[in-house]
Amino acid sequence: MLTISAELRSKILGHARADHPDEACGVIAGLAGSDRPQRFIAMLNAERSPTFYRFDSMEQLRVWREMDDRDEEPVVIYHSHTATEAYPSRTDISYASEPNAHYVLVSTREPGHDEFRSFRILEGTVTEEEVSVVPE
Amino acid sequence: MHVNLVEQEAMAIEVRIPTILRNYTGGEKSVQGAGSTLDELFADLNGRYDGLRGRLVDDAGESPASLRRFVNVYLNDEDVRFLGGLAAPVSDGDTVTVLPAVAGG
Repeated sequence: MLTISAELRSKILGHARADHPDEACGVIAGLAGSDRPQRFIAMLNAERSPTFYRFDSMEQLRVWREMDDRDEEPVVIYHSHTATEAYPSRTDISYASEPNAHYVLVSTREPGHDEFRSFRILEGTVTEEEVSVVPE
Repeated sequence: MHVNLVEQEAMAIEVRIPTILRNYTGGEKSVQGAGSTLDELFADLNGRYDGLRGRLVDDAGESPASLRRFVNVYLNDEDVRFLGGLAAPVSDGDTVTVLPAVAGG
């Protein structure tokens, strides 16, 4: 199960809406081992594409080092789909390589309707999990 | 002079390993290797951490070996793709960082 604050959930959705029709992506860092997402980090989509995303490699190095220095890990890795459901694509599955991360997908295909789902992706196997939204 | 040489040999290249690949390094976050290019460094590491190179380097097929697109490899503060990829020169005291590329569709 992913436990996430309402504020962080709405930051992800806001980022996805703002970047639509391109895919948006980012991470939420949390203390290593805590499984609680706390620090929201919107990342550039180096692909600037409606169908693909990739973290900019230099920005990723900077952010990963910063997490390391703060004893954090990427608790949530999120991105948006802009025309399809919020479910990992085959490409998403092939790249997924943070065994401890919750992979959050949102979809912006419908203007007034939010889709927000969370998955574990381990060695090619996708498992959807419950999302518990808490006040803080 | 001799002492200096010994000290230099004792220095090595630090390679930082991401979580997903630590099963190849016995859980170690950071390992040491040697070589004059990234390619040699990865070959050297593979002698002690069997299978690691295959997760970093794609040398199947007819094209020359190249870095796998699933990983980002940095030499100190630079993405090695801008430094010649596997041919990038490395030397003692350098730090190589491997991160999983975060990408998808």
